[in-house]
Amino acid sequence: MLDRAATETAAKNEPTRRVHFRGAGFVPASSRFGGWIALALVIAIWQAAGSAGFVNALFLPTPSAIVRAIYQLAVSGALWQHLSASLLRIGVGWLLGTAAGVAVGFAIGLSRLARSVGITFISALFPIPKIALLPLLILWLGIGEEPKIATIALGVFFSTAISVYSGVDAVPRNLIRMAQSFNVPFATIVRKVIWPGALPAILAGFRITASVALLLVVSAEMIGAQYGIGAFVLQAGNLMQTDQLLAGVVILSVFGLAVGKVIGWLETRLLHWR
Amino acid sequence: MDLIANHITHRFGELAVLDDVSFTVGAGEVVAIVGPSGCGKSTLLSILGGLLQPTSGAPELRGVPPADSLNPLTFVFQDFALLPWATVEENVEFPLLHTQLSATQRRALVEDALRRTGLTDFRQTYPKQLSGGMRQRVGISRALAVKPAILLMDEPLSALDSQTRELLMEDFVRLLADGGMGAVYVTHNLEEAARLADRIVVLSRRPGRIREVVIVPMTRAARGEAAAREKLLALQNQIWSLIRNEAIDAEREVQHA
Repeated sequence: MLDRAATETAAKNEPTRRVHFRGAGFVPASSRFGGWIALALVIAIWQAAGSAGFVNALFLPTPSAIVRAIYQLAVSGALWQHLSASLLRIGVGWLLGTAAGVAVGFAIGLSRLARSVGITFISALFPIPKIALLPLLILWLGIGEEPKIATIALGVFFSTAISVYSGVDAVPRNLIRMAQSFNVPFATIVRKVIWPGALPAILAGFRITASVALLLVVSAEMIGAQYGIGAFVLQAGNLMQTDQLLAGVVILSVFGLAVGKVIGWLETRLLHWR
Repeated sequence: MDLIANHITHRFGELAVLDDVSFTVGAGEVVAIVGPSGCGKSTLLSILGGLLQPTSGAPELRGVPPADSLNPLTFVFQDFALLPWATVEENVEFPLLHTQLSATQRRALVEDALRRTGLTDFRQTYPKQLSGGMRQRVGISRALAVKPAILLMDEPLSALDSQTRELLMEDFVRLLADGGMGAVYVTHNLEEAARLADRIVVLSRRPGRIREVVIVPMTRAARGEAAAREKLLALQNQIWSLIRNEAIDAEREVQHA
């Protein structure tokens, strides 16, 4: 005891040291304006490099030239002509593909028969690049809007179906059992338990299908269309009008951002409980 | 209304889980089911509540449930099973939505259930905003809203801390005090079983067979008194001596799994 007391007293006389903090990092937090500042900086450098003649305008026009090209397109009415054609194809194709994908996804998620049949077909057909089917669809549906819309719908359908049945599978079984224990009918369980439970996965799927639709519309329009952003970008490229080409790319980017914002808004509204 | 476990046997594939389990839960009676881990307590409760088809035997009901009962056999779940996208009020109302009740009648039932569980001020709150104890209160409130004849409680307190467990145990004692509602209470906690049950069914290790049925020789009201504590402790020790060796075996089995 005495020895221990002596040791403790000696220890108390030693200088203290702070415990080294080891818990920093691994908590990435994005600043509110950081991204915008970085973007503005890149555009400014790009503009300065172009204006100073460091970059050939034929290969990379300045941001101001791209903005001018967008303005001229808007004034001439060509922007709306191309944009409306693309929006119509995306809108109809996405809606058709989503409606079918949600229906099939729910069927696969809820029915044993639909699952065994559906998953086999989806696994076989999902990996096919849907744009490769465009020539076949032209053969079937003729030259016009239908094959382009069908290509988009097909691309959207598979991703939607997969995200929907994954979402249905992810609904906690205990919630379904709880509903069953109260004799809640099947339709009400689907409406009040499975649908809201699967919604996060479905909305996440919408983000992916929006990108798929954009990709496919541009590809389809590059292959066979007179109007549309894809056709416009291709024509501009063929004529070496790189400012117009990049104007088309910027419009596509803005469209993608806008869709992302809409889905983000939907998530905030519908998934506020998370 | 009585709930009868009639020679219930169950297997999951090759695994025998329950073997010829029979007992009756009388009207207003509270029966606890205890046993070592993996003895099939929760499986038995699922079978009794009609959520699982037994391999042989059957759960049966005798007599008629109270006229106002909307769901005579009602579960209270271990993990609460609350809809995370619904408010407390909506969760409690959920089992009433498909009934023939008018909106006014539903509101009255929800109101009463919320009041009995002290949740009136939390009606607009979402489950994620509540503590574990409050979430289980929502689960209990939802069960009360349908006026059950028998509550089927699957380790309702096991996910909670000890203080919250104590508070909710007091709630259970109060809710079951008038004998208007019976309960099957599955637990691994012998103290909870001794505090709440009229009879304790002790199951053996897998396959679960009834090893003994222990009668708790005092009213629930009397169990709160100091003199009763010693008797309850002796009862717990008696049950523990029945299952201790099997509980050790069950634990080793889990560790080896």
